[in-house]
Amino acid sequence: MYDDVALRELVPQVLSVLVGRGEDFATAEDAVQEALIKALSAEPPANLKAWLITTAWRSFLDMTRADASRRDREVRVESEPPGDAPPNKDDSLRLYFLCAHPDLTPSTAVALTLRAVGGLTTRQIAEAYLVPEATMAQRISRAKRVIADAGVDRPGDVRRVMRTLYLVFNEGYSGDVDLAAEAIRLTRQLAALADEPEIDGLLALMLLHHARRHSRIRRDGSLVSLDEQDRTQWDTALITEGVAIIHAALARDRLGEYQVQAAIAALHADAPRVEETDWVQILEWYDELLRFADTPVVRLNRAVALGQAVGAAEGLEALAAVDADVPRRDAVAAYLHEKNGDLAEAARLYAVAARKAMNVAERDHQTRQAARVNERLAATDRAR
Amino acid sequence: MAKYLLLKHYNNTQKSLECKPMSEWTPEEVDAHIQFMRDFAARLQDTGEFVAADAVAQDGLWVRGDGDGKPPVTDGPFAETKDLIAGWMIIDVDSHERAIELAGELSDAPGPNGDPIHEWLEVRPVMSAPGSDFHS
Repeated sequence: MYDDVALRELVPQVLSVLVGRGEDFATAEDAVQEALIKALSAEPPANLKAWLITTAWRSFLDMTRADASRRDREVRVESEPPGDAPPNKDDSLRLYFLCAHPDLTPSTAVALTLRAVGGLTTRQIAEAYLVPEATMAQRISRAKRVIADAGVDRPGDVRRVMRTLYLVFNEGYSGDVDLAAEAIRLTRQLAALADEPEIDGLLALMLLHHARRHSRIRRDGSLVSLDEQDRTQWDTALITEGVAIIHAALARDRLGEYQVQAAIAALHADAPRVEETDWVQILEWYDELLRFADTPVVRLNRAVALGQAVGAAEGLEALAAVDADVPRRDAVAAYLHEKNGDLAEAARLYAVAARKAMNVAERDHQTRQAARVNERLAATDRAR
Repeated sequence: MAKYLLLKHYNNTQKSLECKPMSEWTPEEVDAHIQFMRDFAARLQDTGEFVAADAVAQDGLWVRGDGDGKPPVTDGPFAETKDLIAGWMIIDVDSHERAIELAGELSDAPGPNGDPIHEWLEVRPVMSAPGSDFHS
């Protein structure tokens, strides 16, 4: 077996070579996937990249020939594999854009990006998202048909690429591939291809969140909220890197929402104890974030920051203006009510939050919160 | 993407009243209904939205533990009148709206005379993996 990542890094390079002139992305991508699967089960050749190109090229020829004979049409294809040119930045960037094509739904863009740019196999992607391999294969081939139908002239933009990578980072489930790490790897690559401070912002945001991964979930799978995390478990190397990247990006004075979110994450990372969190500055960044993305989720998080920076009552006041349907709103309301001394309301709202939770860990966490506050409530009653 | 569980019921209490029980349909009507279900699953396989599906038998039991060293207590078979799960399908779709749209289509499976039965289907979101950090 090879170093998995080294092999996967070659995948977009080999694909770029095959689609050098922008022809038949779908078939070329299938051919590269076939070569990748062969590589994963073969003895490592001396020159892996050359071997991959040759193998993918042979598959490509087989596929186009089979296609051509089906259509009963004579097609001349070069029988020599294309040369192993050094990877071209624009070609690689174009792959990212293609996979985040505006006609694709977010989840299909995710699947295609993981395969064509990330070099994962269909099986790995299917396992990661807990769907059958056949379903994922269909999703990917449909995505490629959508791109072929739409034409490659309008290949998407860097914002869509970033959104796709952030989805990979946030919504991975399981399997043997660490999707968060994969999202970081791909974002790092993207940052090297395109000069855009927002990409650095996204990368910093991912690194700073990833630094907390071991303290966020206990061995038994239960969640630990930010204020209860063991901060000595945070990955200081990732934090140092993330903070350096976001500082450099902010200095370029082309602010965007990922940079703002990274700045907030950096302020959390900066506090050795939760009591030392600079909520005033965090609140200022949330106000900034509203300028870029005035969404209910941002307003919800701003209410938390306001509750910490100013007071629970002010936080609740801000919360009143937040749409009732926003996920986790009840949990935030419960937290602020508890902080404000209204234990009965807090217990009620934690129970509501548990009922509305969309994942098991969150449901269990909110159930424990409700139980904890109910216990406090009972103790207060006894004391009277 | 989000996963949804679609539940089909036997003796559905919410089933439209004018539809007679399946056992009273003609064999062709039954076949057409089953074929519709198969085609529906196959179509979702093609769209990349299918996760899993199965039907469960009507005969079953309620089972309850009865304490240390005692065999479990059973109750059943189910009474005719109980609202029982007949089958389930898990889909993985891009939106809540899409889940509702698909459930609506499934509900329009053909019944007597090939008319859509418009049965009620239960649609339940499947819990996902936890997201990123939170404060409370």
